[in-house]
Amino acid sequence: MEKQLNNQQVADQEQALVKYENVKKQFGETEVLTGLDLAIQPGEKVALIGPSGSGKTTIIRMLMTLEKPTSGVIKIDGEPLWHKKVGGKLVPADEKHLRRLRTDIGMVFQHFNLFPHMTILRNVTEAPIHVLGLSKEEATERAVDMLNKVGLGDKLDAYPEQLSGGQKQRVAIARAVVMRPKVMLFDEVTSALDPELVGEVLQVIKDLAEETDMAMILVTHEMDFARDVADRVVFLHNGQIEEQGNPSEILENPKSERLQAFLSRFLA
Amino acid sequence: MDTYKEIIPLILPGLTITLKVLVASVALAISVAFVAGLARLSRFALVRKITAVYVELFRGTSLLVQLFWIFFALPAFGIQFSPFLASVVALGLNYGAYGSEVVRSAILAIPNGQTEASIALNMTRWQRMRLVILPQALRIMLPGFGNNAIELLKGTSLVSLITLTDLTYKGLIIQNNNLSYTFPVFVVLLLFYFIIALPLIFGVRKLEKNASRGVAKA
Amino acid sequence: MTWDWQFAIEIFPDIASAIWLVIGVTFGAYLVSLSFGLILTFLRRSSFKPLAFLTYWFIEFVRSTPPLVQLFFVYFALPAIGITLNKYLAGILTLGIHYATYVSEVYRSGIDAVPKGQWEASRAMNFTKIHTWFRVILPQAIPPVIPMLGNYLLVLFKETPILMAIGVGEFLQEAQLIGAANFRYLEPITIVGLLFLLLSYPSAILINKLEKRSKLGYSANKKQKGMSVVGTDGEAVKQSAGG
Repeated sequence: MEKQLNNQQVADQEQALVKYENVKKQFGETEVLTGLDLAIQPGEKVALIGPSGSGKTTIIRMLMTLEKPTSGVIKIDGEPLWHKKVGGKLVPADEKHLRRLRTDIGMVFQHFNLFPHMTILRNVTEAPIHVLGLSKEEATERAVDMLNKVGLGDKLDAYPEQLSGGQKQRVAIARAVVMRPKVMLFDEVTSALDPELVGEVLQVIKDLAEETDMAMILVTHEMDFARDVADRVVFLHNGQIEEQGNPSEILENPKSERLQAFLSRFLA
Repeated sequence: MDTYKEIIPLILPGLTITLKVLVASVALAISVAFVAGLARLSRFALVRKITAVYVELFRGTSLLVQLFWIFFALPAFGIQFSPFLASVVALGLNYGAYGSEVVRSAILAIPNGQTEASIALNMTRWQRMRLVILPQALRIMLPGFGNNAIELLKGTSLVSLITLTDLTYKGLIIQNNNLSYTFPVFVVLLLFYFIIALPLIFGVRKLEKNASRGVAKA
Repeated sequence: MTWDWQFAIEIFPDIASAIWLVIGVTFGAYLVSLSFGLILTFLRRSSFKPLAFLTYWFIEFVRSTPPLVQLFFVYFALPAIGITLNKYLAGILTLGIHYATYVSEVYRSGIDAVPKGQWEASRAMNFTKIHTWFRVILPQAIPPVIPMLGNYLLVLFKETPILMAIGVGEFLQEAQLIGAANFRYLEPITIVGLLFLLLSYPSAILINKLEKRSKLGYSANKKQKGMSVVGTDGEAVKQSAGG
């Protein structure tokens, strides 16, 4: 199976923000990722698409340290994530090392995972205060600013259960962005939403993409959205990159049969 | 009716002891429950195993046997507890073991997504427990603790068998002194225990209704 | 070393011989609990409101007051109003009734878990109340709660030592007598503790396994055996003959 790497990418691989080197992941008997090589540049917006089971969610979960690779190396800014160098050798990383590197990564989940016992404002200020060490005032300022940006400035004292799905997801985005990560991961963030609420969330993400220089990895089924936001679309199949490139190329002129078959499901 | 009026003041000193034992044992049981419950979820296998042994030991044997062992058998190792202390230790350790299961299952009931969101925000393990998991788990635990407390209250009557002068002991003395009091005495005893339990019963019912508010659903 | 092995071995048979009494009392009380518990469940569901109300408070009262005091009441106080029981009967009845209140709650949760549709389909097919209960509802209500019921057998078993307070010669009573006679309590009481552990721990594990199996197997069984009166597509189907 030919891996189609963009020439530009081969040259840039050394300066990549995030790099997956021959990463494999096995869950019990099933091999979900069979040797992934992927590089993400600073500020790049990458959409991961593919059928379920292709491994796209696993890829970002490993970056967020929610899953451990079975083998291979994931690097952030040139430094291994799951290993650390001790006396010139690579040993499995400890929690301290993971925490240090995790500062640069943020994630928005499919099922929001907001903290139900905290108000919206507290949901967004909790981590800046306790993890980044900001003062309550600084954290509140940042949070209010962000919540205004996502259109929820009037809901600061509400509780998650009082919000709609779209509103909850926008809070979740604010909560993650306020930590100012270098890479933001989006795990099918509109899949659990009622159709009429999807648009408001996608708009927030589009605005984010334009206004910030965060790199983004978006696992999504929304092809139009991928075309609008992404710099590069990566199509995964059976744990390998089947095809990748420019959104318009990939989505309008798919070269591989599998990608054609996959996309045909999304066209009317 | 007059017999009842005569009995009640005689029983009241026992009420004081029962309440003292109850409060002290509940305090011990809650502390033990949290320590053991969290220990059962520890990363370290040794901690988990040792705690599991303690929990299974106290849940698998009879409370009365534990009480007797602490009061009668420990002296063989040089540890002599007063009846009060032996009672509090036995009740606290026994109901602490049951309580630890309440703590453990409440924490396990919190959906994974909450843990994952905390990891994504780079909280430490302890921050995650303190800020996200425990506040939600506490709501779930309360009805379980309430029921535990009612069981503990019932358990306090056993201390009469190691000569601690609680309600039950007082009742036995009174009916011993005057056999005609036998029926009223035990009726009064049952009523006293029931009256003490009533606030707990109503409390638990209210807690059970509130248990799932403000807690993430899977 | 304060533990005296010779003494322990010497007294072991005396203590262990009480095992038949313990088993007898436990199962006797358990049978009372299982049957009286079912009666309580039905009484609580009675459409005659005062009866349901009284039953509810009876259950709360018995469940929240110490079994030891109830035991004294049954054995010492009841004779004053003409009901005299020997100590074994008093023990079995007291424990039996006490745990019947818990068991009735277990039955109740099992019955509540049966889908409303089952009741409606039975009504639609004009089954009598008795038929509905015994052929439709209870067969679905009881299997899932069997682990819980088994659990209360163990709880009851661990409660039997309180009977020593009225002179029923079970484990702890024997141990106390031996301890008092020899001024050595360590070995006798430890042996009692170990006997309890030996009997209850494996049973607890068994019940745990049963619980896991019942959670897995129940929905599969339902479809295979056709026990539901209402099929999965909501239409009343004939009960298939056997599984």
